Amino acid sequence: MDFNDSPDEAAYRKQVQDWLAANAPKTYAGGDPEGGDSLEASKAWQAKKAAAGYACITWPKEWGGQGGTPIQTVIFGAEEAKYPIPPNPFQIGLGMCVPTVMTFADEATKKRFVGPAIRGEEIWCQLFSEPSGGSDVAGSRTKAERAPDGSGDWIINGQKVWTTGAQFSDFGIVICRTNPDVPKHKGLTMFWIDMHDPGVEVKPIHQMSGGSGFNEVFFTDVRVKDSQRLGGEGDGWKVSLVTLMNERLAVGGATGAGWSEFMEAARQTPGLDGGSALKDGALREKLADWYVQAEGLKHTRNRTMTALSRGQTPGPESSIGKIVSAVQMQELGNTAVEMLDQYGIINDPNLAALRGGFHSSVMFAPGLRIAGGTDEILKNIIAERVLGLPGDIRVDKDIPFKDMPTGR
Amino acid sequence: MNFDFSDDQKFLKSEARKFLEANCQTARVRKVLDDDGKAYDADLWKAVAEQGWLGAAIPEEHGGLGLGHLELCVIAEELGRVVAPIPFASTVYFLAEAVMLAGDADQKARLLPKIAAGEVIGCVASSEGPGPVTAATVQATVTDGKLSGAKIPVTDGDIAEVALVLAKEGGKLSLFLVDLAAGGVTREAVKTLDPTRDAAKLVFAGAAAQRLGPAGEGLALLEQVLDRAAVLLSFEQCGGADRCLDMAKEYALERYAFGRVIASYQAIKHKLADMYVKNELARSNAYYGAWALNTNAPELPVAASAARIAGSEAFWFASKENIQTHGGIGFTWEMDCHLYYRRSRQLSLVAGAPRVWKERLVSHLERRNAAAA
Repeated sequence: MDFNDSPDEAAYRKQVQDWLAANAPKTYAGGDPEGGDSLEASKAWQAKKAAAGYACITWPKEWGGQGGTPIQTVIFGAEEAKYPIPPNPFQIGLGMCVPTVMTFADEATKKRFVGPAIRGEEIWCQLFSEPSGGSDVAGSRTKAERAPDGSGDWIINGQKVWTTGAQFSDFGIVICRTNPDVPKHKGLTMFWIDMHDPGVEVKPIHQMSGGSGFNEVFFTDVRVKDSQRLGGEGDGWKVSLVTLMNERLAVGGATGAGWSEFMEAARQTPGLDGGSALKDGALREKLADWYVQAEGLKHTRNRTMTALSRGQTPGPESSIGKIVSAVQMQELGNTAVEMLDQYGIINDPNLAALRGGFHSSVMFAPGLRIAGGTDEILKNIIAERVLGLPGDIRVDKDIPFKDMPTGR
Repeated sequence: MNFDFSDDQKFLKSEARKFLEANCQTARVRKVLDDDGKAYDADLWKAVAEQGWLGAAIPEEHGGLGLGHLELCVIAEELGRVVAPIPFASTVYFLAEAVMLAGDADQKARLLPKIAAGEVIGCVASSEGPGPVTAATVQATVTDGKLSGAKIPVTDGDIAEVALVLAKEGGKLSLFLVDLAAGGVTREAVKTLDPTRDAAKLVFAGAAAQRLGPAGEGLALLEQVLDRAAVLLSFEQCGGADRCLDMAKEYALERYAFGRVIASYQAIKHKLADMYVKNELARSNAYYGAWALNTNAPELPVAASAARIAGSEAFWFASKENIQTHGGIGFTWEMDCHLYYRRSRQLSLVAGAPRVWKERLVSHLERRNAAAA
């Protein structure tokens, strides 16, 4: 048991370090974490990585990858993170959408899209969630109907929501209802679409946290060719599973203030008796709990990496990350704010500790507990896929989609 | 990255599981539970000694297998999984670790081979009453090599041959080895939450005591021993917590209510998912503790604290929610749920309660941050 690279890994790390030293940016190009306002820098860095084979390390060489291993991706990511690299708006496309295209599209389509995507010239988004269904993607209502002119084309109408990066995406994959007369899982079909089509309208969502990292996307009579269909008609659910298989990798855990920042803030804040708040036993207990959770996640990642390093599939323990870190982000942020007592209401970056970082945690954590699988859905997944407990009873399983009860 | 046990260690673990499944079914644990006159399972103790487990981490020159602490960790996990009713922790995690850490050549030569052979049962005697052990709570005193005072509770104190005792000498705290078979010791069994692990009150009246390690270093030395024991106990806690999750899962898949298995209700599914998350956090912290213990890393105090806190939390949660999952039947003496519930309390308290370890952890983190600043 150790934390060292194998000889092969060490050699790869050295190669990556040398390449980064010669090529990585030396100053941060700025931008919000969703990557919207620094696209040029992001695209330039992506193009460099792609030229050297580092953009999608595990992809085959013929598609611009290196034919490498997952542990090599982990090594590159760790080394790359030491540089002030711009945000990565390509992750959803390259992690979820393009692999779906590569699995289901014909050769010509693959040839057309894979290169520009890996080089960062074209950005993709994933259009699954709808106002009527986030967790229940199979309940999607956005309609695709055959054009009445007999061309075989499809006409798409409806709305998607919480689409990350739609505002700067060139293409997307969209799951649509093509047959409302069969049960919900069976009447779905997947398409790729051009986000620049005049029938596609993108509106940013104003989040409760104040930011706008996600979008609503409206489709009004968007006409697509039948050749844009990914997988068979009615096979959309199966296709979506291929896409979602990789979602866990694309939606990371919590970032921002952790136990260490909390400890420093507590040290500087007066406590109940006028001394430091860090002397407060109740806060010290919480601090210990957060440290233990954070360490538990860190070493769970080390276990995952060990499996990758040995060429094995990581165990199910890798599924606990977001569920633990998102809840901790909310609790830790709120405890820090409460520690400030009346002053805690102030989130002005010029007045608040960490430039309001703890307040940001409080306001962003509710979204993180929902994105990429709510706490509840993730617990279902652990219960069903890891522990082997039965799936929920599905009252809508055998009835045609059009007869399904709908509420709000 | 190689943050996992080796194939050999995993093989040892699976062999240990097979051995304990054959030799330590809960029916045998219950013989100790139900019989006030039976302090431990002497046959199992003998069998475990024959397996070499008592000396897994003891060097070959002292009669052990000389394997290492990672091997001891995998054995500990399996012992925790079957709530083994033997004085393994007292003897191996406390006494043997203390002697290996601070013993002189004579003490090592005298005790370690006997421990490895199963001829000596050990115990650790630090507490004298309610509340955490601190310099202020220790009254036991050694004068001219003779120990006087009382220690309560001492896990396995009623069956041990040798006690590791925290006492004052010349006003300073030191650790001492006391031969309990020699004169000047009276023992009185005390009733405990977990009768599968007995405890006693030890009263010393001029018992011969030999100092272990430097004079005046008693508390610091005891903390080092506790760090080592905490890692090993955390593996027992992981084993117990995982078994609780298995029991809850098996029961939930068989028990019907309102026309379907209770495992199909989200209230139960989410409860078991919560157990799984806590168990994995505990396991990952235990692994890091194992690495720190095996390499004697400077991170050991922090790693051991985290392992102990996470292990205690996971086993407590899993053992109580296992009962809850079982419903009424889980509250009966006949069901095994309470064996784990009891053991979770024993393991959480025997090396100091989680509250104490949380305070220790934060103190270490404060010092580490101050040093880095």
